Amino acid sequence: MIARRSTARSALIGAGAWAILLWSAAPFIWQMSTSFQEDKALMASTPSFWPSPLTFEHYYNVFAVKHFQLYVVNSIIVAGLTTLFCLAVGALAAFSLSRLRIRQRFGILNMILSVSMFPQIALVGPLYLLAADLGLLDTYASLVITYVALGVPLVTWVLFGYFEALPRELDEAARMDGIGPIGLLIRIIIPLSGPALVTTGLLAFIAAWNEFMFALAFTSTAEHQTIPVGIANFTNLYYVPWGDVAAASVVVTVPLIVLVLFFQRHIIEGLTQGAVKE
Amino acid sequence: MLESTRSLPDRVGSVAAIGGAAVRRPRKRRPDATPWLLLLPVGISLGAVSVFPILNGVWLSLRNTSLVTQEDDFVGLLNYRLLMGDALFWNAWRHTIIFTVVSTALETLIGLGMALLLYEYFVGRSIVRAAMLVPWAMPTVVTSKMFGWLFDGQHGVVNWMLRSIGLIRDNINWYGSVDHALGTIIVADVWKTAPFMALLLLAGLQTIPNSLIEALRIDGGTAWQAFWYVRLPMLASTLLIAGMFRALDAFRVFDLVYVLTGGGPADSTETLSTLSYKTLFSTLQFGYGSTLSTAMFITEALMAAGFVVFIARQVRLAR
Repeated sequence: MIARRSTARSALIGAGAWAILLWSAAPFIWQMSTSFQEDKALMASTPSFWPSPLTFEHYYNVFAVKHFQLYVVNSIIVAGLTTLFCLAVGALAAFSLSRLRIRQRFGILNMILSVSMFPQIALVGPLYLLAADLGLLDTYASLVITYVALGVPLVTWVLFGYFEALPRELDEAARMDGIGPIGLLIRIIIPLSGPALVTTGLLAFIAAWNEFMFALAFTSTAEHQTIPVGIANFTNLYYVPWGDVAAASVVVTVPLIVLVLFFQRHIIEGLTQGAVKE
Repeated sequence: MLESTRSLPDRVGSVAAIGGAAVRRPRKRRPDATPWLLLLPVGISLGAVSVFPILNGVWLSLRNTSLVTQEDDFVGLLNYRLLMGDALFWNAWRHTIIFTVVSTALETLIGLGMALLLYEYFVGRSIVRAAMLVPWAMPTVVTSKMFGWLFDGQHGVVNWMLRSIGLIRDNINWYGSVDHALGTIIVADVWKTAPFMALLLLAGLQTIPNSLIEALRIDGGTAWQAFWYVRLPMLASTLLIAGMFRALDAFRVFDLVYVLTGGGPADSTETLSTLSYKTLFSTLQFGYGSTLSTAMFITEALMAAGFVVFIARQVRLAR
């Protein structure tokens, strides 16, 4: 098969592959290079692609001057809690829909999915007023509660697909051993669902880590603002400190890239489940 | 009435208990609340954070609620009448439609090209596929800032490259000029989303049985025929569904615009989401802001319904 392929065709495929690689990676590699360059080099008429002299001043600015670590801690707390709650709530729902006797389970599943299609801009105003009434403005809670609801439909959907694939004999065996539904979920289904929990947890984490609009609306101080809000506010009145922005971008994106590359197979499977299976 | 129906299974249960374990059957017939209890958390979460705000938004859209003037009265459809005559709204509406149509079309086409390429075997394919997740995983705010630097009017590397190869003589003020700002935002969105589209379409391609392509090849078909007569028709439903989700998502674009241009210069990139957000949180008109966002919600619901009908008809025609 491969031997029959003409040289022109392989050359074309090779060129295409390089084009995709450049497309995906080059902008961020340039951002990394920028973060290590002196402002003087960045403002030069001819950009230099290799930082020389190499400087860490932008990273110093980001952490020592702009206290970026505060935003990082906030993001870790918010995204971490969101992930935990999403998995717990989603697993209960997916288990109920997949394993217990329930009428209209596909109707309920479709309802959960269609709710997730509501445009977020239509939620943010009323939720802001609600959070203000409850005294939840500028708290982690307001963000976590919102993000859980935004993330849980996808988590439920992916876990449902995974639970459906587990053999029904497990349920039978559990019933014979006198294990109730909760026992079945906690002692049998969950331990067997490691890969699905990792995928969905990661998707929920990334969504919460990257979310901007609600964080912008609900939080007002560095005590609770997350990374995207912190980066968006980097702009000074008269100029944009591109080197600092690049350094902050690298700090928040590199961990994500590492996670994604490490779990890429799971992520692609999780994300495409909906698109392919219909 | 209720008392008697409830006590019957109980009595049967207690009789069964006396009779021994073997006749416990009837207890199972009792409607079990467990499934609904397990669905309660997701119900509360979605009810409080999605369903309630949507309904509350519709209610607010009929009021003149403002946190500045402290007004909060029912005004009926007045806000919607104002909306129809609001030049800012139609301006944002036009940008949103342009953005949605152009970016969805480009992302689907480029994504399809990338997917067809990735379907072929080549050395380092898994590396390329992994790299394609980078634009998707990156926070959109970071993407905005990154394109802000790439397309910077003075020191941006894009201007430098275009000057070097002689395509432009002078630097272009990409997102700082009325003519180019929306285009720059579309480029940023296509960069971020096309690879992801490609991965979705690739998954669809991989479900097409290889035997069909083989059969065509044995009959002397070309690669183009394989694409046009086998792959494209079989990929149609995946393409339509992926395109539909993408269009619904593009219609609500917010982060990219808000961070890169803030809707400017001179409102030339204002979209419905950014206009709604500003009306809500800058002018604090929660009534009129809710009218804007409710109008968006209704538009999206109509779009989704239209897509579903269209896809259903396509699927039926295909059969």
